[in-house]
Amino acid sequence: MNSVIKGASYVLAHTPEMVINNGTTQTTERVVNPDSEYLKELRGHLRSYEDCVNYWPNQVYIGNAHPDELAKVEFPYYDKPKADSERYGKYGEIMPEAEFILLAQACDMFEVIELDKEFVAAHKDAFAADPVITEDIVAKVVEGVELSEVEHFVNDEHAEGLYFEGKLVGCVKRAHDIDSNLSAHVMHENIMSKASSVLALLYAVRNTGIDKEDVEYVIDCAEEACGDMNQRGGGNFAKAAAEVAGLMKATGSDSRGFCAGPAHALIEAAALVKSGAYKCVAVTAGGCTAKLGMNGKDHVKKGLPILEDCLAGFCVIIAENDGVSPEINLDILGRHTVGTGSAPQNVIGSLVADPLERVDMKITDIDKFSPEMQNPDITKPAGAGDVPLANYKMIAALAVKRGEIDKAAMKTFPEEHGLTGWAPTQGHIPSGVPYIGFAREDILEGKIRNAMIIGKGSLFLGRMTNLFDGVSFVIQANTGAEDNSGVSEEEVKGLIAKAMKDFAASMMAE
Amino acid sequence: MAILKDKKVVIIGDRDGVPGPAIEECVKTAGGDVIFSSTECFV
Amino acid sequence: MDLENQKRVKEFAEQYGAENVVVVVGAAEGEAAGLAAETVTAGDPTFAGPLTGVQLGLTTYHVCEPELKKEFDEAVYDEQVGMMEMVLDVDDIVDEMSSIRDEYCKYL
Repeated sequence: MNSVIKGASYVLAHTPEMVINNGTTQTTERVVNPDSEYLKELRGHLRSYEDCVNYWPNQVYIGNAHPDELAKVEFPYYDKPKADSERYGKYGEIMPEAEFILLAQACDMFEVIELDKEFVAAHKDAFAADPVITEDIVAKVVEGVELSEVEHFVNDEHAEGLYFEGKLVGCVKRAHDIDSNLSAHVMHENIMSKASSVLALLYAVRNTGIDKEDVEYVIDCAEEACGDMNQRGGGNFAKAAAEVAGLMKATGSDSRGFCAGPAHALIEAAALVKSGAYKCVAVTAGGCTAKLGMNGKDHVKKGLPILEDCLAGFCVIIAENDGVSPEINLDILGRHTVGTGSAPQNVIGSLVADPLERVDMKITDIDKFSPEMQNPDITKPAGAGDVPLANYKMIAALAVKRGEIDKAAMKTFPEEHGLTGWAPTQGHIPSGVPYIGFAREDILEGKIRNAMIIGKGSLFLGRMTNLFDGVSFVIQANTGAEDNSGVSEEEVKGLIAKAMKDFAASMMAE
Repeated sequence: MAILKDKKVVIIGDRDGVPGPAIEECVKTAGGDVIFSSTECFV
Repeated sequence: MDLENQKRVKEFAEQYGAENVVVVVGAAEGEAAGLAAETVTAGDPTFAGPLTGVQLGLTTYHVCEPELKKEFDEAVYDEQVGMMEMVLDVDDIVDEMSSIRDEYCKYL
């Protein structure tokens, strides 16, 4: 039987200070152009926590509004706050920066994070009040040190500063004096990714109602690499995050594939569960500090706020078929292969048309497509266009070429089979997966029959290959009932024979 | 006069537009000498 | 434009002579295409890369522009770019590219 989507979580951490100090657009600018206008203006364009919470796409991300509602909001979104916005949503939350720094410390196992004790004292209660933060996690936050000690590490020991509201409140120290893979910069990036993944895992457990001990395997599919100079990228974020989240019965590993990572990982998870190797697998990913403020120059130039001010995380729980939850159909897998090439039509053909054709389905048989769900509020001012819409137009063009729809229907295709993008540009985060939570509900409610999740990845950025990449899979309504009715006569005979034998054995014993 | 024939061609493709290798295939047919091909990513 | 790409463009212009180099871009939007074109003609407008203040004046086109398209093998273009062309706002791209070319290209 196919494995099912038991539930999902989506979390954000509002980290404006990390935009300034850790986003690569900003750190690069400080190297090449330290006196630039952009750097001077940047702080004035940062959003307050309230503005970040009230932002429509963020509310959609954590589940307080459906993408269909976002589609009705007039574009652009940044100047149209959503009424009745909340920190907490059905899928997760938007954690404020101070609390997120405490969570980061709870995720630090090697005493590399030092926090100012006044800062810790001021925010610990708020952190402990978070509904998914358990006592054992709160207990991992240490009391803190004098600020002068933090200053010493930042000024003299190459530590990365941690800031809150413009003030230094802590630091991430290097974990090794000469190993660049354990430098303060890398440790900072990795711990923040881990912390956001932990938050996602905690919400996924809550949202699905499973016990923490039910999770047998965790796959981390983010884009960071942890390891030392002898095994850069050795891993294992998955197990490290599972430890903090308290998933004591889980093992795990990391899976990588740039932005396509989550789609690859979900297929792997679905296969692991279907094969019986593990009963319950969590696919998780934390956020990426490097991408904070990635398109900030364009946003500032156009007078917009810095919209890339959140680290994002997500988690999807894949479990054995429960007869109810939507399934991942492993018979319909799209794959961009080595031989596919990078012509856009070949890419989309390999991911959308080919897998459907193999099972005699048409493009229009899929109710909703979830390709890369980047928020156009972020990408359009940066000249990258509306990425989801471009994907839908391509899929529609493909359907026209295959004679499945009329050319006139191309116009309405994106609205009928698509969604408006809402995900932050955190690389792997927007890639197909943001819709899985909604897709599960939309299928359960009978709003749609199925959805195709498409992940695409730019492998060439790693300078190992010029290849592009991508995989896709289909989520469909549960067919468990059919499977159960298909028990064969032979199986029934076998069961009766076994019952008779057991009965006889118990009679003999008496 | 042809634009590409016998010229040294530098390609700056876009992940969400036309990627480098796809442009490269076209440029070759016009007699351009592709000396560099790259694909940028804004997301 | 990516800083490394700017560096390479600058090196190639020095190595082969700016009059012999043509830059073909594949940007998704007119504005981004225009920015790339501006970078290799008038210099990096974002003041970040090696082409800041460097006016190479290189000849530059977007792959979907008609002048370039007519030089390509039609079947190859159709296979590699055809469908993307249906998605892009080619008119906007042509406007942006030609205005940059008219102003800054030195070798047309």
